[in-house]
Amino acid sequence: MSNVVTDTFAWLADPENWSGTSGIPVRIIEHLAYTGLVMLIAMAIAIPVGLYVGHTGRGRVAVVALAGALRALPTLGLLTLFVLLAGIGLMPPIWALVILTIPPLLAGTYAGISSVDRNVVDAARAMGMTEWQVLFRAEFPNSLPVMYGGFRTGVLQVIATVSVVAYINLGGLGRYLFDGLVLSDFPQMLGGSLLIAALAIAVDLVLALIQRLFLSRGASAQSNRSQQAAVDLTDSVYTETAVQGGTS
Amino acid sequence: MEWFLANREQVFTLAGQHLVLAVLPMILGLLIAIPLAQIARQSRGLRSVVLTGSSLLYTIPSLALFIILPTILGTRILDPANVVVALTIYAVALLVRAALDAFDSVDEDLRQAAVAMGFKPLARFIQIDLPLSLPVMFAGLRVVSVSNISLVSVAALLGIGNLGMLFTSGLQRDFVTEVVVGIIAILILALFMDAVLVLLERLLTPWTRASRPAGTAKPGAGHEVSGDEASGPQGAAGLRSRAKAAGAA
Repeated sequence: MSNVVTDTFAWLADPENWSGTSGIPVRIIEHLAYTGLVMLIAMAIAIPVGLYVGHTGRGRVAVVALAGALRALPTLGLLTLFVLLAGIGLMPPIWALVILTIPPLLAGTYAGISSVDRNVVDAARAMGMTEWQVLFRAEFPNSLPVMYGGFRTGVLQVIATVSVVAYINLGGLGRYLFDGLVLSDFPQMLGGSLLIAALAIAVDLVLALIQRLFLSRGASAQSNRSQQAAVDLTDSVYTETAVQGGTS
Repeated sequence: MEWFLANREQVFTLAGQHLVLAVLPMILGLLIAIPLAQIARQSRGLRSVVLTGSSLLYTIPSLALFIILPTILGTRILDPANVVVALTIYAVALLVRAALDAFDSVDEDLRQAAVAMGFKPLARFIQIDLPLSLPVMFAGLRVVSVSNISLVSVAALLGIGNLGMLFTSGLQRDFVTEVVVGIIAILILALFMDAVLVLLERLLTPWTRASRPAGTAKPGAGHEVSGDEASGPQGAAGLRSRAKAAGAA
């Protein structure tokens, strides 16, 4: 067993693996680029819908049901289906990932807006704010901590799932796993796995740091309301589990 | 459909393997998570250590974990034990959180009443804490069940037998039907397991049905979600169970 470990470290330390178009830095950048692309598209869809549902309360049942149903969809099945139907290329797997990323984002946004103290919203309205002002100046800022929880969950889920897209001829760190599998090169597989795990943990730490630095702790509040926020947060934390890894 | 009928035996075999790989970790995870949560409740420090540790483990992508584990366990890479251990780790990570929420949801007055009545710690735990925490616990279990069933399919990439094999072979043979059958089979399996858990919960917690009408009357009045607020942690469970019910319909 120990020689596998030393071989893996030798693989990780080999300068050849750190340069060129299939080098580790390039793979990490690819991995993060796919993640970024998926997150951008998914956020562009999920956040407006979540804001609308959270603010008006309309379509709440539909959204919650949809998020629940999407949760049960197997990632791998959706990926292979999209590739078979739309062909190999960058976008089919990206769209499959977008579909899988929408539920945690949607749940986070919706739960965030719903967790805002009703008194705050009523006060904002009583002060003469328009509906848009109520949404963007009262509800949105107050819901950021919960929304950010959904975002974090979504990012980690995508990072985990992007390792699978290498199976259908895309790049990213997952390549090492599947190349290694074909060649029975276990050190390469293990090295790739360790890199993926390290990347996921590193990204999670960065996201946690951002949360600590930029999001007001006060906004998540104390007392009764914070309990609700916490409950919704764990709820959105649970939501992402349809696919693999990734929790705050 | 024709393909399914022609290959139904194979699909059923794979579904059986799939179910074992998904359910076994859930049971193991529960057996580990309950004592762990109970230990974590002893102090704030322990609680945050357990919660941080479990979320850290949960951050590791499953595919990576399937490959890292054989080195640690000394098993072969194709050994289904790797999948069971990996999914058990995820199940523990989720269930510790759920179990903590669940034990917190038990009314402290009831606990003290039990102590006053002369319950010993273990008897109190088994007869008071455990049954009363079941509703929140089951909410966690249902999440784990869905996530496990979906995650097991990833193991097919490494060649471990389960319904995910239908995806890999469908892709290799450029055969959409097989992939669609796989997706549907997994969805059915997830719905089936969810129904089993709901049924089990109903059987184990008959008292919640009696008190439910009073609870559900609240959310109707005023803002829907603020109605959940009153019920505290159970609000999340309610939200989820309603989500499930609507999803199943």
